[in-house]
Amino acid sequence: MTLAPNEHLPDRDRPPDPVPVTTARRDARTTPPWWFAAPALLLFAFVVLVPSARGVYYAFTDWDGLDPHYAFVGLGNFADMLRDADAMQAIWHTLLIAVSITVVQNGVGLLLALGVNTAIRSRNLLRVFLFAPAVVTPIVTAYLWRNLLGPDGAVNSLLGAVGLDSWEQDWLGDPDLALWAVVGVVVWQFAGYSMVIFLAGLQSVPKEVHEAAAMDGAGPVRRFWSVTRPLLAPALTINLMLSIIGGIKLFDQVYALTGGGPGHATDTLSTLIYKDAFTLGEFGYSIALAVVLTVIVAVASTGQYLLLSRNERAAS
Amino acid sequence: MNRYRPRTFALELAMIAAALFVAFPLYVLVNLAVRPSSDTSSPISPTGSPTLDNFTQAWQQGALGGALANSLLVTVCSVAIVLAVSSLAAYPLARVTARWSRGTYLLVLLGLVLPFQLASLPLYQTLRDLGLLGTPWALVLFYSGLQVPFTVFLYVGFLRALPRDFEDAALIDGCTPLQAFRRVVLPMLKPVTVTALVLNTVAVWNDFFTPLLYLSGSAQQTMPVAIAGFVGQYVTDWNLIFAALVISVLPVLLVYFLLQRSIINGFAGGLRG
Repeated sequence: MTLAPNEHLPDRDRPPDPVPVTTARRDARTTPPWWFAAPALLLFAFVVLVPSARGVYYAFTDWDGLDPHYAFVGLGNFADMLRDADAMQAIWHTLLIAVSITVVQNGVGLLLALGVNTAIRSRNLLRVFLFAPAVVTPIVTAYLWRNLLGPDGAVNSLLGAVGLDSWEQDWLGDPDLALWAVVGVVVWQFAGYSMVIFLAGLQSVPKEVHEAAAMDGAGPVRRFWSVTRPLLAPALTINLMLSIIGGIKLFDQVYALTGGGPGHATDTLSTLIYKDAFTLGEFGYSIALAVVLTVIVAVASTGQYLLLSRNERAAS
Repeated sequence: MNRYRPRTFALELAMIAAALFVAFPLYVLVNLAVRPSSDTSSPISPTGSPTLDNFTQAWQQGALGGALANSLLVTVCSVAIVLAVSSLAAYPLARVTARWSRGTYLLVLLGLVLPFQLASLPLYQTLRDLGLLGTPWALVLFYSGLQVPFTVFLYVGFLRALPRDFEDAALIDGCTPLQAFRRVVLPMLKPVTVTALVLNTVAVWNDFFTPLLYLSGSAQQTMPVAIAGFVGQYVTDWNLIFAALVISVLPVLLVYFLLQRSIINGFAGGLRG
């Protein structure tokens, strides 16, 4: 960044001529005051920190959200959770969805990025087009897919049209398929997002390095593995982090596609938190589930961060 | 390596096939939205006599105009507040190396890990007591705090890579810290501001869970909640529902295709943050 400090100052605003200052005074003067951080911190504390702390406290009570009188129940909510088959299933679904989305979305995203980062003529158009679903409201794409995946939906029509009648399904109505349908919809929407981040990583690989490797007789696979892959590490870190955390918190798509059903076949922690709080009035239990969700997010993100930052260091 | 060979052509075809896979649902979306409900032919065959009736009906019955206005109000206000307070906060957090500063920054980063499900229920009670529940201001307040950690994180990362010489010079020349921030630091933050603007706008505009909690039962709606309500009301009238979906998608895609370069760079920019 080359920017003369006075370039943005009109003449009348030009500060007065410099006065000589001692080093000590200069440090005090050039230190931005702490109160600059105050408005953001107040908002953050009011909206996130204080309610989260209260949430952790409520997780140990039987609060119903309205009644000011509630009892402290210790680990009662968590003990209930262990006996609650729906909750255990929801935790399992949450992990399954998060891992599947992470693997498939990044796999597809990487392939798309490698494909777009070539000499093909449509590369700019493809990049813009493949990314487009990522900016569309998830609840809207989910409702669209709910219709497409229905018994009379476009997916079945398409399968019928190409002679694959036997593959026609009630994709969202079958407990064994519904979860994978949800994963598929999320991947359809966000593979382009992963692609764009991988692409930024790929474009940071200098062309000369590739040419040198090609000159030395390395084939495309070898060049990918030995040249591209190590330099993709930062993009991979961001992508894995985004998709795993997004997958763990997934709510909108499940709500719109299946509502957690059929039965509880696609309930995740997020949908259960919502149902327990707002249809059953069990705020205490619901917040206990949110605490479990928090722990899973924290473990997944720190674990991934430690693992990947070690790899990144090893790669560079 | 960069010559156009037969293999490149094969790759081009494969990539276009992938793009068709993305386009197919969008084709069906538009195809059914312009179809009268009397037409029961296959959803993939092109609609014979397209009509715009569904759009006028969806617009009037879904109160989508009000929802669109609310979404705009909430997004513009919250993103403006978040960018203002976060860039200002990032300045001391990036520059001051004292213990309070590093401690505060770590506290803010903690917010990146806390899922909003944890805070949203106790906050529901607070907003109710303040009488904000059911108003767009509840959402503005919520996003203004919720998006602080991520936005501060972007700004601090960017600021730490910038030299301090310019602002130091301005300060020594007699600028107040606020003047130095506004006239020297802020202009240099432009690239990361674009990233923060894009990511926050998309996150706030598309959010469904928060307005579902804080606006439910009120006449005030944002676009995502209005759409969910619409689907709940017209359960099987998919032609009408699809028209409503098109109405909600259109402004988003329009802005996207107009500003695609900045938007894609904004998303990819998180990489450098």
